[in-house]
Amino acid sequence: MDFNDTQQEAEFRVEARSWLEGNKPERSAADERIGGEESYLRAAKAWQKRKYEAGWACLHWPKEYGGRGASPMERIIWGQEEGKYAALSGPFAIGQGMCGPTLMGYAIEEHKQKYLPPMASGEHIWCQLFSEPGAGSDVAGLSTRAVKDGDEWVINGQKIWTSGAQFSDYGILLTRTDPDVPKHKGLTMFWIDMHDDAVEVRPIKQASGASGFNEVYFTDLRVHDSQRLGAPGQGWEVALTTLMNERLAVGDAPGPDFNEIFDLVCDLPDENDNPLVEDGRVIEHLARWYCQKSGLKYTKYRTISALSQGKTPGPENSITKIVSAAKLQQISRFAIDALGISGTIRDEFEGNEDNPALPFIDGFMGAPGLRIAGGTDEILRNIIAERVLGLPQEVRVDKDKPFSQL
Amino acid sequence: MPRFCYYARAETTGNEHVNLDFSDEQKLLGDQVNKMLSDSDSVTAARRLVEGSETGYDTEIWRQMQELGLTGCAIETQYGGLGLGDLELCVISEAIGRHIAPTPFFFSICMAARAIQLFGAEEQKRTHLPGLASGERIATMAIAETPGAVSQKRIRTRFGGGVLNGRKIGVCDGMSADFALVMAQDEGGSVGLYLAELGDTQRSPQKSLDPSRPVACIEFSDTPAEPLGSAGWDDIQHIRDRAAVLCAFEQVGGAEACLEMARNYALERKAFGRQIASYQALKHRMADIYILNTLARSNAYYAAWALSTDAQVLPSAAATALLSATEAFDFAAAENIQIHGGMGFTWEFDCHLYYRRSRALGVILGGTGSWQRKLISALRAQNSTAVA
Repeated sequence: MDFNDTQQEAEFRVEARSWLEGNKPERSAADERIGGEESYLRAAKAWQKRKYEAGWACLHWPKEYGGRGASPMERIIWGQEEGKYAALSGPFAIGQGMCGPTLMGYAIEEHKQKYLPPMASGEHIWCQLFSEPGAGSDVAGLSTRAVKDGDEWVINGQKIWTSGAQFSDYGILLTRTDPDVPKHKGLTMFWIDMHDDAVEVRPIKQASGASGFNEVYFTDLRVHDSQRLGAPGQGWEVALTTLMNERLAVGDAPGPDFNEIFDLVCDLPDENDNPLVEDGRVIEHLARWYCQKSGLKYTKYRTISALSQGKTPGPENSITKIVSAAKLQQISRFAIDALGISGTIRDEFEGNEDNPALPFIDGFMGAPGLRIAGGTDEILRNIIAERVLGLPQEVRVDKDKPFSQL
Repeated sequence: MPRFCYYARAETTGNEHVNLDFSDEQKLLGDQVNKMLSDSDSVTAARRLVEGSETGYDTEIWRQMQELGLTGCAIETQYGGLGLGDLELCVISEAIGRHIAPTPFFFSICMAARAIQLFGAEEQKRTHLPGLASGERIATMAIAETPGAVSQKRIRTRFGGGVLNGRKIGVCDGMSADFALVMAQDEGGSVGLYLAELGDTQRSPQKSLDPSRPVACIEFSDTPAEPLGSAGWDDIQHIRDRAAVLCAFEQVGGAEACLEMARNYALERKAFGRQIASYQALKHRMADIYILNTLARSNAYYAAWALSTDAQVLPSAAATALLSATEAFDFAAAENIQIHGGMGFTWEFDCHLYYRRSRALGVILGGTGSWQRKLISALRAQNSTAVA
């Protein structure tokens, strides 16, 4: 065990740090968000462009497509150095993390040359159109149809839970092209223009009141065959490539964590005017959350360690979202409880200027979504059980039947 | 062996570059110990103690540990050891935990020898360490006297005029140990550790939840003893923190063994026409074991770093590792029985050996509540220094 950069890594870190020192954005993502989605997007695009022009965008991509050809370790170092400014890269995460690698794997060369660099520079934003009202966890059961018509495909159907569709320029779209074979075998992937008139985006109002997701409708959308990603019927395989690229993108739940609840209970008194942090029940919860937070942090370190040694990381990181989303929900519920009735009040009122309840209310309302988005707790447990522990799949009654007969 | 070093800036920046892994040599050592314990059928040896057909510890396994140099691995060469460090103790402890090896390694090597190395006078080191390093002599710690947490006030054993008087309970390896480090109050009321040969004490074995870690009651009655250097209460806490890290590694090893047992059984056993491992109810249970085991392992690795560098964060890192590993092993051992169904509840299956060991390890250095309070106090102390 040692905690040193290699010489090469240390040099890279110095280079990254000095560039950031001279070029960092003036305002944080949180500040930019206050101005609303449009001003946040403007700031995000400006930051992405500045990085791109200096060679700090999409570090792990090949140079010819707008990347830097950096090693996984250099990508991690950059992430550590970029730190809080990375929150300004949010709108590009799905495109650069998932759509980009899928294009690299399956698009024709002309399209790679044309579309990948503006994806890297932030000029174009991409989204991923997989889930449907009738196909969530079981996404291979989707029914958006694509029918071949000469050199084109005609697409009809509906997607849902599409993050960022409202401001996306392009998207990758998983469709059913052959309903007469078993469901995994009749899928085909395309990339599409989100500005086409045949595409309609409708925001979904979430339980929390926010709208980060959308429904997307396709009515006779015509797509040229050259926009097909992979062979007809190969869509499931292509989709798995897309999802595998998420391996390094570890999903820590955003929101209040141990430090925030710890500070809160150090400040709050109980009915006998003793600090809550001295209450045994509070201590028990705090200790458990601390163990979880610390365990996730050092699990990530172990993954980084493997990469740094040029090894393939183990499957440890698969636990991150399950643990952190549940922790966020518990911490938020506990904080609201500790604050009493004022824990439910979103306004500032006299004597409560820097409303301590606010982040916990947001965490409480956001956590249920986090436990579902990007793989439900249950699907993620299946993935751990099947891919990590090597346990067999549940019996699937639909596996060998043609989709049209389900 | 490569040393452990840390160039991190302040903990909160999240900017550290890290290599949180054991070296290839250390992993090789772990593999070697695992192989030796598996070849010697360590779990069956533990069973012999539980069944009462053997007492004390498994002498054959201990002999092999002596031969491999494990007993002396972390003791300096001038006292007859190999001069390696804490990280080697971590990988050995994990293997011991995995095979629930019935040996006095934890108290004799990880705790008593460590305490003598850290706090003993030179003369005491020269007298006692070579015997422990070779494994020819065995030491233990005599701490508890009454039910509940150990506090300075409640230690009734007295040291005065060169002798000890008092009664200790639940002394691990108490019947086999040649000498003990005994927690006692001196005439001025300060608590310290005292070195006492056990040959002339009155010792009686105590029946316990986990007979594969046998415990004894020891009566000290004008037993000759000497103070271990000037070790006081805080030093004892430091020894306990260090031991907690190694205990966590034993627990992580045990928890992983439970997950493997559960997995193998669930793949073999069929119900309603298919492997029970294909039912989500069981798959999710095993995924939950995996999650807790992974958190525990990562916390243990960080604590290993803190241990090997004597970092300031050792008290909180050790408490985190122990709490995390206790939760993981408790859960894995209990759910391992559950996944085995009725067979898991039979004497014949090994599940109960791990279930017993899991709870015993959970209290060997004090219970969960005590460590939770310790963790939160340590974090509050760190917070106030950070603010100041």
